[in-house]
Amino acid sequence: MEAFRTMDAVAVPLPRPNIDTDQIIPARFLSRPREVDHTEFLFHDARRLPDGEQNPDFALNREAWRNARIVVAGKNFACGSSRESAVWALFDAGFRVAIAPSFGDIFRNNGMKNGLLPVMLPADVVENILAQIEADPGARIQVDLPAQTVTAPDGSVHAFEVDPFAKHCLLEGLDEIGLTQSYEEEIAAFERRFGRENVR
Amino acid sequence: MSETMFEKIWQKHRVLEREDGQTLLYVDTHLLHDGGATAFDFLRNRGLKPRAPERIFATPDHYVSTSSRKVEEIEDERHREMVEKLDRNTREYGIKQFGLGTEGQGIVHVMGPEQGLSQPGILLVCGDSHTSTHGAVGALAFGIGSTEVAHVLATQTLWQRKPKTMRIRVDGRLSDQVTGKDVILAIIAKIGAAGGTGHVLEYTGSAIRGLSMEGRLTLCNMSIEGGGRAGMVAPDDTTFQYIAGRPYAPKGAAWDAALERWRALPSADDAVFDAEVSLDGSAISPMVTWGNSPEDALPIDGRIPDPSSAADAERREQMARMLVYMGLEAGTPLSEVAVDRVFIGSCTNSRIEDMRAAAAVAKGRKVAGSVRAWVVPGSEGVKRQAEAEGLHEVFRAAGFEWREPGCSMCLGTNGDIAQPGERVASTSNRNFMGRQGPGARTHLLSPAMAAAAAITGRFTDVRRLLAGEA
Repeated sequence: MEAFRTMDAVAVPLPRPNIDTDQIIPARFLSRPREVDHTEFLFHDARRLPDGEQNPDFALNREAWRNARIVVAGKNFACGSSRESAVWALFDAGFRVAIAPSFGDIFRNNGMKNGLLPVMLPADVVENILAQIEADPGARIQVDLPAQTVTAPDGSVHAFEVDPFAKHCLLEGLDEIGLTQSYEEEIAAFERRFGRENVR
Repeated sequence: MSETMFEKIWQKHRVLEREDGQTLLYVDTHLLHDGGATAFDFLRNRGLKPRAPERIFATPDHYVSTSSRKVEEIEDERHREMVEKLDRNTREYGIKQFGLGTEGQGIVHVMGPEQGLSQPGILLVCGDSHTSTHGAVGALAFGIGSTEVAHVLATQTLWQRKPKTMRIRVDGRLSDQVTGKDVILAIIAKIGAAGGTGHVLEYTGSAIRGLSMEGRLTLCNMSIEGGGRAGMVAPDDTTFQYIAGRPYAPKGAAWDAALERWRALPSADDAVFDAEVSLDGSAISPMVTWGNSPEDALPIDGRIPDPSSAADAERREQMARMLVYMGLEAGTPLSEVAVDRVFIGSCTNSRIEDMRAAAAVAKGRKVAGSVRAWVVPGSEGVKRQAEAEGLHEVFRAAGFEWREPGCSMCLGTNGDIAQPGERVASTSNRNFMGRQGPGARTHLLSPAMAAAAAITGRFTDVRRLLAGEA
């Protein structure tokens, strides 16, 4: 996994609530393996008009936000399907941080395991940040994982919570399997204790 | 001893807990489907193999054709490859696969309970958000991403932070034709699509106790649509009768021992939940969704809501956008909205009871000429049982297509999709924009209500149809 520490980047607003992972990557692209670049699948249908042309009004299609690496979204961002390719599509398109008042639980886990930091901030703070980046397209946000802070375009600093274990893995770019294997003794002991009654 | 059922199951599976609060949990049962090839690639790249193949069970569902049972007849090469990869991966590592066309194949969340793999008190995971389904037997079951699937394959464990708990109590007697589907849609309409985020939901109360196993599976299936990490119902005699005799259910003395353990699972009377919600079951009507989130559900006698009635500007804008996408006008009675397609199937509603409920409505009636209606049984077992009961003939005589088991039009990964602008009455779980194909308009409802919509060509209170009033 790619490590993440800090970021100073353009933030794109996606203010709608309940943006589901079916919108982030439609189901017909789910058979693509991880090696395939998922950039073009990101919001594939949402960013196009019915005739297939790019929708100029969709935020990701606007010049000021083309190089955005942070997404700021409405509540319950990336709810729904567990498809990890929703994270891959965001990641391949350059995103490393998603800020929202709440996330789908599975997406949040998937993000932390794939180098995409989900940041939960109070609804009024997110609303305020959205207003700032909508009023000034191309405005930048700073994210500091070690300090657990987000600095909005107006300079206001907002602290966020992050699971210490996931933070450690993300800072170091560790994948969990190696770490879990270091607990082999405990797992084997558990398996012996768990006993025959629980074997299929 | 005032633990919730969730806490009891959590404790039992705890391998270790780190100081930072992360808990390593041991997974009893890991279910796989044909969308999981990435996890095996991940494993191979690291030179690993499954730690406990005897705890893994697989079946193809997302990419299978619903018009043929032959792998070679899957037209799209990518789809065929997904089904073939599951077959190869399970053979290579000695994992039990219920393969295409064999007894046992089906939608993974239909297969698990049907085989008796989903049991009270176990920790079950699968790389699919609707894994919450299996909580209906009193298990802790939740969906995980593909990196986590690889982790479980390699270690049979999973790192988790303890979620919160929410008790959802539904008391009272459900009206005729009010099903598990209507109850869960009413619950989500009340708590919202993010209402259960970070929580394990336990459903309780007399209306829940009165649900059949199939009804509880439907209920728990959609826990994720209310944001829930998992959903569960305490096991009782309904559960035990359902499991008894199934292929992987304990037998003989093991059954007696299991029953003793299972009876100790329900939450203590004085158990404390982090959140409490209650609904009056007797007030729930057959429900139909109108928008693009499962929270946008209405009783069948409702009207399409007016955005000007929204509480705030954000909701107003969202409602207006959904009405445009859905091609609906505020104020229209739901019963005047015409449908183009009907889909009876999915991990939410494709079990034998669902087939029977839909067939009871279809019997002796005809699908409206303007409607294309499909019935996709959830598994080979459901299909064979339904055919033994003659239900397929009832459906065919009424003008429904009787198809082969799989996920099908719920999400269209196998190519079963609706056309742009088509309105679908669907027994599935998500009415998201584009879920059933770009531009497709999905309305969620129960199997009986879907059958009624197929007959009249518009949303119809099935109770009125059966009474000869519609």
